[in-house]
Amino acid sequence: MTVRLVVVSHSEKIADGAVELAAQMAPDVVILAAGGTADGRIGTSLEKVMSALDKAAGGDGVVVLTDLGSAVMTAESALELVEEPAGVLLADAPLVEGLVAAAVAAQGGADVKAVKRAAEAVYGLGPEVAAASRVLAESTVAEGSVTGSGPDFTGDFELVNEAGMHARPAAKIAGGLASLNAEVTVNGVDGASMTSLMTLAAAKGSLLHIEAWGPDAERALNYVGGLVQAGFGEP
Amino acid sequence: MVLDVKWAVRWLTLCAQAMAENRVWLIELDRAIGDSDHGENMDRGFQAVLEKLAEAQPETPGAALKLTAMTLMSKVGGAAGPLYGTAFLRASTALGDAAEIDPGRLADALVAARDGIVARGKAESGDKTMVDAWTPAAEAAQAAAADGAGTVLGVLVAAAEAAEAGAVATEPLVARKGRASYLGERSAGHRDPGAASSALILRAAVGAAA
Repeated sequence: MTVRLVVVSHSEKIADGAVELAAQMAPDVVILAAGGTADGRIGTSLEKVMSALDKAAGGDGVVVLTDLGSAVMTAESALELVEEPAGVLLADAPLVEGLVAAAVAAQGGADVKAVKRAAEAVYGLGPEVAAASRVLAESTVAEGSVTGSGPDFTGDFELVNEAGMHARPAAKIAGGLASLNAEVTVNGVDGASMTSLMTLAAAKGSLLHIEAWGPDAERALNYVGGLVQAGFGEP
Repeated sequence: MVLDVKWAVRWLTLCAQAMAENRVWLIELDRAIGDSDHGENMDRGFQAVLEKLAEAQPETPGAALKLTAMTLMSKVGGAAGPLYGTAFLRASTALGDAAEIDPGRLADALVAARDGIVARGKAESGDKTMVDAWTPAAEAAQAAAADGAGTVLGVLVAAAEAAEAGAVATEPLVARKGRASYLGERSAGHRDPGAASSALILRAAVGAAA
């Protein structure tokens, strides 16, 4: 049993598309779309939202993600009307990124509050990520237990951000490594694969063991290490 | 004049008429500072309310308003759906299962409706939203009900007149909430469509009691 998700959007296509995207990364999570009005227009419908909440009931709780203004209001209205509002939480997060992060967290067995936090944690990747990107560009050595010898570079870094290795950090690592001429593994899985990184389900406090090969191995190691040590810019 | 379920049904029927008659006007107001769907959404919403009322035949004013709330939230589509839906829902709760509404309870229901809109939309007076019609209406209703000689018709008239004045007074304001707030200074010089439809709704309540 996992936490279930409901997507409320003004557009049926946006809601369906977001669900399709998130389902790819979280095949076992029930994700329901409540997009558009009952007669297929742009807008939100209490009826659709209530029906989705109804179907989502009976799991380990529900997290609702919304897009613009009236989607939030319709979701709040629905929360006033559901029979067991305690298990239903509204996440204040960008719809697509928040949904993917929530779905991955739910897939990993997180509880309803942790799933909401994972969605909201995608806000505000600020200066820390920019700093990590500079490390990538300047190829300076990041602080931490980095040891290098010959073509092989390895390092161990502790995950310090609250939500651990969820979708956004995985995307950052995989995205940055894609531009480097290096083979990198993180705890044995391919560092350039976002989905592989997420399957690690590494929580805060976990140690990530990085191994890098190739001409850009040192830069790759510094890039990943910089991001992890900065908590990916998250709390 | 007795405010019973028959009055409530007449009120909602007059609301539907007013939205149909003013559909184009509300669309034009909304085109100036919003996304031009308000007239169409309100017309569709209240037509759906009429259908639901005919089907369900509610037995109290509160039940009629609750049905209206659920229907508007499901059928309007835009922000007006949850806002008016919450207003009618809170008013319905304030009325309880009373068969007839006295002036005090009527004022309570109007205040509850205003509070619901504020809670849902997080707008304040002067933000150029429907709150600018509902707050003076609720206050005028309370004042009229507090007067010992206050009648339900007196309360409704006071609320409708205050809502109308409040809606007109949104014209010079710069929007701070809702879609119109994206326009900034350019939102000044236009009446807020939500305040305008609010005034129509409260005017219909008088028409149903007259």
